[in-house]
Amino acid sequence: MTAPLLDARLVVDRGTFRLDVPVTVAAGEVVAVLGPNGAGKTTALRALAGLQPLTAGHVTLGGVDLDHPDRRAWTPAERRPVGVVFQDYLLFPHLSARDNVAFGPRRHGVDRRTARRTADEWLTRVGLSGYAGRRPGQLSGGQAQRVALARALAVAPALLLLDEPLAALDARTRLDTRAELQRHLTAHGGATVLVTHDPLDALVLADRLVIVEGGRVVQEGDAVTVTARPRTDYVARLVGLNLYRGHAAGHTVRVGDGLTLTVADRLDGEVFVAFRPAAVALHPHRPDGSPRNTWPATVVGVQRHGDNLRVQLDGPIAVAADVTPAAAAQLRLAPGQPVWAAVKAAETNAYPAT
Amino acid sequence: MTPAATDPAAGAPVRTRRRPGRVPVALLVPATLGLVFLVLPVAGLLARAPWATLPQRLADPAVLTALRLSLLTATLATLLCLLLGVPLAWLLARVEFPGRRVVRALVTVPLVLPPVVGGVALLLVFGRRGLLGEWLDSAFGLTLPFTTTAVVLAEAFVAMPFLVIAVEGALRGADPRYEEAAATLGAGRWTTFTHVTLPLVAPGLAAGAVLCWARALGEFGATITFAGNFPGRTQTMPIAVYLALETDLEAAVVLSLILLTVSVVILAGLRDRWLTGP
Amino acid sequence: MSRTLSRTVRAVVAVVAVVTVAALAACGGTGPGGGSGGSGGAVTVFAAASLTDSFTRIGRDFEAANPGTAVVFNFAGSSALATQIDQGAPADVFAAAAPTPMDTVTRAGNADGEPAVFVRNQLVIAVAPGNPAGVRGLADLARPGLKVALCAEQVPCGAAARRVLDAASVTLTPVTLEQDVRGALAKVRLGEVDAALVYRTDARAAAAEVAAVEFAESAGAVNDYLIVVLADAPHPDGARAFVAYVRSAPARAVLAGAGFQSP
Repeated sequence: MTAPLLDARLVVDRGTFRLDVPVTVAAGEVVAVLGPNGAGKTTALRALAGLQPLTAGHVTLGGVDLDHPDRRAWTPAERRPVGVVFQDYLLFPHLSARDNVAFGPRRHGVDRRTARRTADEWLTRVGLSGYAGRRPGQLSGGQAQRVALARALAVAPALLLLDEPLAALDARTRLDTRAELQRHLTAHGGATVLVTHDPLDALVLADRLVIVEGGRVVQEGDAVTVTARPRTDYVARLVGLNLYRGHAAGHTVRVGDGLTLTVADRLDGEVFVAFRPAAVALHPHRPDGSPRNTWPATVVGVQRHGDNLRVQLDGPIAVAADVTPAAAAQLRLAPGQPVWAAVKAAETNAYPAT
Repeated sequence: MTPAATDPAAGAPVRTRRRPGRVPVALLVPATLGLVFLVLPVAGLLARAPWATLPQRLADPAVLTALRLSLLTATLATLLCLLLGVPLAWLLARVEFPGRRVVRALVTVPLVLPPVVGGVALLLVFGRRGLLGEWLDSAFGLTLPFTTTAVVLAEAFVAMPFLVIAVEGALRGADPRYEEAAATLGAGRWTTFTHVTLPLVAPGLAAGAVLCWARALGEFGATITFAGNFPGRTQTMPIAVYLALETDLEAAVVLSLILLTVSVVILAGLRDRWLTGP
Repeated sequence: MSRTLSRTVRAVVAVVAVVTVAALAACGGTGPGGGSGGSGGAVTVFAAASLTDSFTRIGRDFEAANPGTAVVFNFAGSSALATQIDQGAPADVFAAAAPTPMDTVTRAGNADGEPAVFVRNQLVIAVAPGNPAGVRGLADLARPGLKVALCAEQVPCGAAARRVLDAASVTLTPVTLEQDVRGALAKVRLGEVDAALVYRTDARAAAAEVAAVEFAESAGAVNDYLIVVLADAPHPDGARAFVAYVRSAPARAVLAGAGFQSP
């Protein structure tokens, strides 16, 4: 792999909050910055766009220092080859869709006629050729999102930034728009950074995930690695896994409160153990025989989860278990009910914590 | 209330009936009183108007001269206020600087200052022996008092706060993130201001300009003090009305009605043409 | 929730209404001639603005000479006062600075008897102290480059100025036609004009800041001040007593001191 197109270390100090996140993105690569609210995702995006100066670190795009406090380098937002799709799009309400898209090219010195032609081409590309004359107020959410994307891409940015691009859409529109967005991101030759709190957006749209919590990167990697091997509770919850940290010796892992789990992988030292809620079986009495990982637990809550029920259990470890409605009826699950939980070793996934 | 709570289906028609119609009495009564209070004096003018001699008075060249001068100076004063007041409003709304509260308070000074005092203050600055006036006179042979320019300055002085306050309010209400969006698309601060900020605050700007124009049109005290009264040069309609009041109440009523009608027609026309739309 | 809110709003509206009415009533009570509190039988005098200083003194002297009586004044331009009287202002006495506003009042039937001329006033040329422009007489006002302020012809001092200038065949273009004599005087004080035609009494009151140049032709446009008891006077006896006092020797002395001439 050649040198990354975007090489940044984003340090923003705001008294009580400090962001310190390295981000590198290759040309043509899409990186999703994923994290809970207040993790610093939007600050990171604003720093890349030039709307928030860095306290330290650097933003280097195509070998040029756009922001480098140590070297006193600073390029204001309007002179960065960066396009931004804002969360609520921020389409200029007084301009038509065409003039919104033509706004960027016009500011880059393109004459009015050419800029409008470019705008029309982009609108066609996002499937809105018939909507060029409409004002943002006359567009649906999905259409506005596509105009915002066209507007950001019309300046041919080396770096495309998207801030929660699908968050403002209803579930149905989001599905279609996500698929279409993926097509455009794949076609974009520059680097793309996508900020989101929706794991599905990140998994579908991004080549690589950067998970940020409390201003720090807690995990980074491709979608398969991150979903299979979460390293924080936040990520585990995002991808819907039970996650425990423990001390491994061979095939057994001590996960606290005296509980030892038998795992398929053979490891030693600090490890994570992850398994799916569906892998947890519940029994009214202690099961005898096959599954070695069994422990007594207490039901603390039952919620509908897709076609199944998700049961929250307390005990030596807090566990989520998915059971069928039939099984739940048979077990008479209700908060306070004692049960036995069991997980087969083959259903667990253990990996080093360091 | 109770049927809606027990029967959800009954709730809908109750709500739809409530929304568009019934205005609370607690608002309706003072609103009506307020309107009557504002309109009644105008009705008084209409009742006293000498309708028989109206056409003849309307054709009086002196009246037309004063009216033309009033419209011209009020419009020029509004343009001057736009030119200076909009950047000032932007500064107050968007730039943090020490003493901003004090500056904001200073902007409202012409509102509380009796206009005649404002006129004296203008004389003390731009008069023949004023702080700037003396220099203007000696350096350029320029004297402002008793000129049409002085009328414009006096009107702008008194009317500018209306524009600045309205535009600053509009700017504060406008989402500054649109300006950030413009920056990411390559727009500098000036282009952003002209292409994004101004169109966004256009309704507030128009309201401010209308207030400003109306105030300038009705200006009397500062004008007669700073610019004096000379037909065709500095005699605006309000001054003509005041002087007519000295000898002929009916003439004053007619002049007031002309000023009133012309301004209402112009403002209503502007509203239809510029201030509506999506 | 909404019900308590509307009840609160109603209560607020009621309080505001009561306070407003009370305040308006209180204002009415302290107005001229309203007679609230101590000044139960006060004589209300509407007098021309140029009489402010003299009449204030005369009023005090009148009260001293007639214990138990009180005088309150409303000073303004004579025309404005005439309009107020014709619109029903509760006044006892009207003292006008010119015949025209007095005519308006008598023609409307608001005067009780014939107005009497009690003083006269004459025009002088007000100039800056030391007379830097060297104005010696009326003809000098027509000098090119000299900035002159006159009163507008609709007000008494402007009408007098017009008569004087026409009689002397002096043609001049003033830079401004002021709405009253104080406006013209202020322009001289501030140095915006070199000269103005104003009343002698006004020039004398501003003696610290302006100098007065007398000119012979002013005798041709003497301004009569008239006084009358009003038909609807709430205190006709007090009004007659005040008018009589204004025409007595002590009051004449005060008026002469201010620069007025006897009729």
